[in-house]
Parts: sequence; structure tokens; C-alpha cells
Amino acid sequence: MSMFEGFRFRRVSSVIHRLDPRVKFFFVCVLFVTAILFSKLPPLILLFFVPLPFVLAAGVQREWIRSMRGALFFAVIIFLFNFVFTYFSTQYPQLPSASLLERSLAMTLRFLVLVESFSVFFLTTSPDHLGLALEQSHVPYEFCFAFTTAVRFVPVLADEAQTIMDAQKARGLELERGNFLKRVRNYIPILIPLIVGAIRRSLELAEAMESRAWGASEKRTNLYVLKLKNADYLLAFGSVLMLIFAVYVWRYVPVPTLITLLRL
Amino acid sequence: MIEVKDLCFTYPTGVEALKGITLTIDDGEFLAIMGQNGAGKTTLVKHFNGLLKPTKGEVVVDGVTTGEVSVAQLARKVGFVFQNPDHQLFCETVEEEVAFALRNFGFEENAIKKRVDWALNLLDITQYRQTSPFMLSGGERKRVALASVLAWDPQVVILDEPTIGQDHQQKEKLRQFIVQLNAQKKTVIVVTHDVEFVAECNPRVVLMTEGKILAEGPAEEILTNQKLVAQASIVPPQITQIFLGLSDFGLPTNVIDVHEARRILLDILEGAS
Ligand SMILES: Nc1ncnc2c1ncn2[C@@H]1O[C@H](COP(=O)(O)OP(=O)(O)OP(=O)(O)O)[C@@H](O)[C@H]1O
Ligand SMILES: [Mg+2]
Repeated sequence: MSMFEGFRFRRVSSVIHRLDPRVKFFFVCVLFVTAILFSKLPPLILLFFVPLPFVLAAGVQREWIRSMRGALFFAVIIFLFNFVFTYFSTQYPQLPSASLLERSLAMTLRFLVLVESFSVFFLTTSPDHLGLALEQSHVPYEFCFAFTTAVRFVPVLADEAQTIMDAQKARGLELERGNFLKRVRNYIPILIPLIVGAIRRSLELAEAMESRAWGASEKRTNLYVLKLKNADYLLAFGSVLMLIFAVYVWRYVPVPTLITLLRL
Repeated sequence: MIEVKDLCFTYPTGVEALKGITLTIDDGEFLAIMGQNGAGKTTLVKHFNGLLKPTKGEVVVDGVTTGEVSVAQLARKVGFVFQNPDHQLFCETVEEEVAFALRNFGFEENAIKKRVDWALNLLDITQYRQTSPFMLSGGERKRVALASVLAWDPQVVILDEPTIGQDHQQKEKLRQFIVQLNAQKKTVIVVTHDVEFVAECNPRVVLMTEGKILAEGPAEEILTNQKLVAQASIVPPQITQIFLGLSDFGLPTNVIDVHEARRILLDILEGAS
């Protein structure tokens, strides 16, 4: 469940937390696009370090490390898939080449960069702030509400999954037993109560909202209104620069692989 | 026998839920754990079948330290019925649900059939055998959950808040049922806020507050001690409250049993007339 810890917001304040969520989101998108543009290892390594100052400035390193550790499992799977499948379909029976290794590593790192930037965003943005940002970007309120609710319920679901796991273990379920297929099947007794519970809860939530006159007034106003400050302009400017630079390099500069770099 | 020695437990989030608990539960004992919300009752009983491992101290079940064996191994001996049945029901039929744990523990098909019959009958849910557990009412689901644990006949049965959402008749059945289990030399541990229920059962009571044991002793003694009871955010049983209110008339203040109360009152009335 540790990967979902990244979604659990803690009410702290820092320069990063106070940034406008719209600008932060734009920054994350730029990181995202840049990570997609490049498939060579060196730029991805650089990219991996870009969000780190934000993590430190926001003081969320512990939570961040925890969610990265959770993502590691998927990273390993991605690496193995890339490496093993490409190897057997192209190079087998020769030994795998270094460039294949590098390409697989790059794919994995790209995934990690994506997870990294999103977890920085979610760790430093409260769900309320996020909903506000969506609303002020003229997204219909129904969608904003659905989105914030979904984000808010991720940790709740994670807690619930833990309780269900405990309940089934108390009935003798051993998750780690058997071959791969058996292990996947072991999760059925956990997934079914979890899904049924989520559906039941969403129906209850809908009823509770209806009975509290949800959507009664057409035009909603907010107590807090988001306004761009200097730091926000700075980050927005930086993001645009980074995007232009990334597109320029991608278009006109031949990016070397790590292997050729090392050989120089 | 369950021995808890100076048990401390801290959740990964940093919440210190148990702060030095020492407790011995003998075989065949009937124990009620009570105390305010967040006192650490659930956290404590989750140590008895190894779902949680001590941060400090140790829990020994029948000579085995819980830290050294898997939950599945301990669960064979210590059955745990969770508060919310929806956290465990997932099969298509009630019958399958009850058989699930038996399959996990590797019982033979024949034995499974016999035990399922027995457990369904015991909890009076045989008529729902082929029904989906999701179609049942809350109270019935709770009984299915109970049946699914009792089916493997564990030596210790832990019930977390068993009376929540049960009507009076079901509560009474549950009480008789617990008494019956206890008569079969099973250890029964109940976590509850229901003072009246405890008063009727008259078990040994452990009062908890803020991760510590506040007091322990027979229900008669603990539930009639106004100071203790207030500290643990519960109220004495109604009959005790009446007797406390009438103590100027020489009524005893340590009564929790309605039948005993009736006898005392009748004696006094007869003496007066
Ligand atoms: N999974 C968890 N992660 C972190 N903290 C927890 C967790 N479960 C419980 N706690 C905390 O541990 C403390 C004890 O909780 P516990 O559930 O044992 O209380 P309880 O006595 O069973 O209360 P209740 O009467 O409400 O059931 C509480 O402060 C609670 O917030
Ligand atoms: Mg509890």
C-alpha cells in the first residue's frame, strides 16, 4: 500500500505548498512531456534530478521516498519486460548488448520520472486547493467534485485494503503462498470486498449529498480565490523555458547515449 | 493461555497505541475488554493472532511467541471475528464463505462439509446456504462472518464489537452462544462498549484508556466503581445506576444482575410490609 502513501496529504506549509496548483500542474506536465520526448538515458537522468529541489524545499522527503519505494516494484517489472522481451525477439541467442540494457534502463527511468513528478505534485497540493484550481479553470463543478473526491478517497481505500487483508489473514489466507497464478488468485478475497465496499460507499455518498441539497445553487462562489503571485510567475516562466529548451534539443541536437558519452 | 508481557505498539504513522500492557488470559476464560474510542482495544487483540507484532515486549500464545510464526498458523488456534463483516465476505454463497477458511487450513472435503453444516446450524443460517452473502441484512452478514470463524473450532475466539447493529433478540442469542462456547472450555475475548451486555454476561473485565490498562477484575467490581467507569468513558449498567441512586435506603451498590436486584428489592418490600 506504500505507493498510495504518496497521495496522503499532510497539512504543512512551505514555499512549494503555497504555489498556485495550476502553475505546479503546468510544471509537472512540462516534466511529463520532456520525459516522453527523450528516450536516451542521459537526459532522463538529468530530468530525474529536476524535481528534487522541490521535494527538499517542501520538506516532504520522507513521504516522497516512501512513494518512490512503492513504485520500485513496477519499475522492476517494466525493466524486465523491456529487457527480456526485446532480447528474445531480436538478439537471442547472442549475449544481450549494452545498448539494449541502456534502452531498458531508460524506459524504467522514464517511468520513475513520471511517478516522481506526480508524487511531488500530490504531496504538496491539498485536495481542496486542487478542486479550487479546477473550478477556477472553468471546469464544470461536477467534474471538479468527482476529481477531488476520487483523490481524497485513495488513502481511505488503502486503509480499507489493509483491514480486509487482516480479516482474510485471520481466516488463514496466505498471500505469499503458491506459484505466480495462485498468488494472483490469492488477491480475489481482498479485491472483492474492496470493490463492493467502494461501490456501496459511493452510493451512500451520493445519497448523503442529495440530502444536503447538493447542486441547489447554480452559481457557486468561493471563500478563497486563487491568485498568481511572483513565485508562481517565476515557476511558470521557468517551465516555459524548460519546455522550449527541451523541444529545441529534441528537434535539433543529436542526443548521445550514455555509452557513447562514456566512450568519449 | 495468552501472556502479554510489557507490550508496546506504535503504528507506522507514529501513533503510540499501546504503552506497556501486561495481561494473562487463562484457558477457558471469558474476558471483556472495554474502554473509550481509541483506547487501543482493537490494537491489543490484533496482537493475539499475530496480525500486529509488538514494537516492544512480547505476546506468547500457548508457549509460542507471536513474532515467530505466521498469522495463518496462529489463526488455527485463535479465531478473530472482525467488527465489520463486509471486510471479509466475498464468496458467491454463504456455504462457500464458511468453507473458505477450512480450505485454507487444509481440511478434507468430507470434514469441510460436516463443519459447514454444523456452523450454519449453530448460527441459525442454514436457510441461506445458497444465498449470496451480499443479499443478507447487516445482522445476518455478521452471523455469517461469525460462522465462518467458528467453523474451524478455534481454541480462542475474539469478537470485536459483536453487538453493534444487533437487535435485542440477536444479542440475547449471541450471549447464550458465548456462554455455551465458554462452557465448552473455549477462551472467549469480547471487545465492546455495550455495558448492559457485559453486565448480563458477567465476565472478567479489562478497562483500557489511552493505551494502558486502567483496571481489571470481575465485572461486578469494575462496572460498579463509578470513578473507574467514568475514567474509561462508560456508564455503569442501568440497574447499578438505580441502586446507586437509592443507596440512602441501604441498597447495595455493587449489583449488576437484574435478577439479583429483583430479589433484593422483593426482600426489602416484604420486610417493610
Ligand atoms: N491502522 C492504523 N494506523 C495508524 N494509527 C492507527 C491505526 N489503527 C488505529 N490507530 C490509532 O491507534 C489508536 C488506538 O486505536 P484502536 O483502533 O486500537 O482503538 P479502539 O480502542 O479499538 O477504539 P474503538 O473503540 O473506536 O474501536 C487510535 O489513536 C487510532 O487512531
Ligand atoms: Mg476498535
